[in-house]
Amino acid sequence: MAGTAVRGRLTWQVATVGSVSDETASVRTLELDVPGWAGHQAGQHLDVRLTADDGYVAERSYSIASAPDEPVMITVERLADGEVSPYLTEEVRPGDDFEIRGPIGGYFVWPWQDPDSPLLLLAGGSGVVPFRSILRHRAKIGSTVPARLLYSARSLPDVIYHAELATPRDDVEVIYTLTRQQPAGWTGHSGRVTDALLGEVAWPPGQHPIAYVCGPTAFVESVAAGLVGLGYPPDRVKTERYGGVGGP
Amino acid sequence: MDALDGNAIGGLLQEIFGAEMTTAVATCATCGTAGVVAETVVYLRAPGTVMRCRTCGAVLMVVVRREDVNCVDAEGLAALEPS
Amino acid sequence: MSPISRGFHGRRRESPAETGRVPPGQYVTTDFPVLSAGPTPHTELTGWTFTIRQAGDTIKSWTWEDMRALPAEEVTADIHCVTKWSKLDTRWQAVSIDTLLAQVEHDAPYALAFSDGGYTTNLPVADITGGQAWLAFGYDGAPLQPEHGGPARLLVPHLYFWKSAKWVRGLELLAADEPGFWERYGYHNYGDPWREQRYAGD
Repeated sequence: MAGTAVRGRLTWQVATVGSVSDETASVRTLELDVPGWAGHQAGQHLDVRLTADDGYVAERSYSIASAPDEPVMITVERLADGEVSPYLTEEVRPGDDFEIRGPIGGYFVWPWQDPDSPLLLLAGGSGVVPFRSILRHRAKIGSTVPARLLYSARSLPDVIYHAELATPRDDVEVIYTLTRQQPAGWTGHSGRVTDALLGEVAWPPGQHPIAYVCGPTAFVESVAAGLVGLGYPPDRVKTERYGGVGGP
Repeated sequence: MDALDGNAIGGLLQEIFGAEMTTAVATCATCGTAGVVAETVVYLRAPGTVMRCRTCGAVLMVVVRREDVNCVDAEGLAALEPS
Repeated sequence: MSPISRGFHGRRRESPAETGRVPPGQYVTTDFPVLSAGPTPHTELTGWTFTIRQAGDTIKSWTWEDMRALPAEEVTADIHCVTKWSKLDTRWQAVSIDTLLAQVEHDAPYALAFSDGGYTTNLPVADITGGQAWLAFGYDGAPLQPEHGGPARLLVPHLYFWKSAKWVRGLELLAADEPGFWERYGYHNYGDPWREQRYAGD
């Protein structure tokens, strides 16, 4: 694993967009060429800084979607009232440059302490992005820890990485709940994540699991509280809030 | 705009302290609660970045960016210990 | 200077007609950005009061009904945030601070506005009188929303907008100036956008 992933001074550096691909109607993945990139840990993020020609600057953070040994990729959801996301999802072309800083974060990373802990990932909307990195990394290192992803999305067309998640590695279970719209004949869960649904999917606390919750702030707080209510120690529930009102 | 958490200022804190700080333990000077920086309440969309205690709401740290300098007020922290 | 991001404009649009109305360093926006240093308070009108205090004593207090019974006006103003966005021709429904201060006897030179949630900001009394400041309860023809400072906020358009305290609950009248929240953290004590007084010492 890249030992320099979290140590030392961070500096802004120029990244060039290598390729773009649309995940859904409002979500796009950008592959970035970052000279001298020292690698990252699964779950980390990077900061993006855009400068307009009159000097106006905007900064945002995005989770890294790729596994540690893959080229850097970020997945961006276009927010209706966004300032940066419309640019990254609609304007940016391969060959364009912008500044990035990273990788960042030593908390929301996997593995964490005991790599054999059963892994519970809970994603609200675009909160699934760091989990793609984590699940790819888990597969690459040949980990056999039990892993479950509970993914709350507005509708099936809003599910990011659907094809990739539809062909999970052997022991990764993906459970969806669609909050606003379900396709005809849907037999999966509907509506927001409830304590009852958490009770069904969460690894029992006695198995010493570790949970990662990522997505809009309201989703994260509700789900994290639900897990603590099930008996998860708070320090075994890791949270990363995306804020905003987008999401399921 | 909803509140975020300390993950959102990981880059800023690394710029200020020269080290990864989201796993650092912050102790609130107002209520004494200790917790990792990643789990503090953070408001980014302000004239400055405001970090608040998740337990009591008191301000822990404020960072105001002035020209290219980060002005850091950490009086709300009784302690900040990198892990 | 950082490399330019091709095609990035941010949210703002500027038109030639705005020249002269926009202080130095500002960008005009048609949005109404929400900036906050803490959680949005949600205060019931039944418990809401606006209070003038001096030397530790309450010298006058208005309930919501009291305040709404006072003469109010439509105020149209350009507003300028220290984070560089300006919004032109914002429309407010508000009671003039002159109307409120006319009901108290005072000779204090300074005021500290205080809000639900603990926010404070300081202003010279000379800057919140003479038709320069309001207690605003309506925005754009509708009740002021909590995210923008409702039920009521201070409106002082000639200074940077951090002086227009959201969720305001009163004024502390002071003999000596006392810095409020952002002033303590390095922002300018007065905050005149036309002299670009963003930070202490500017």
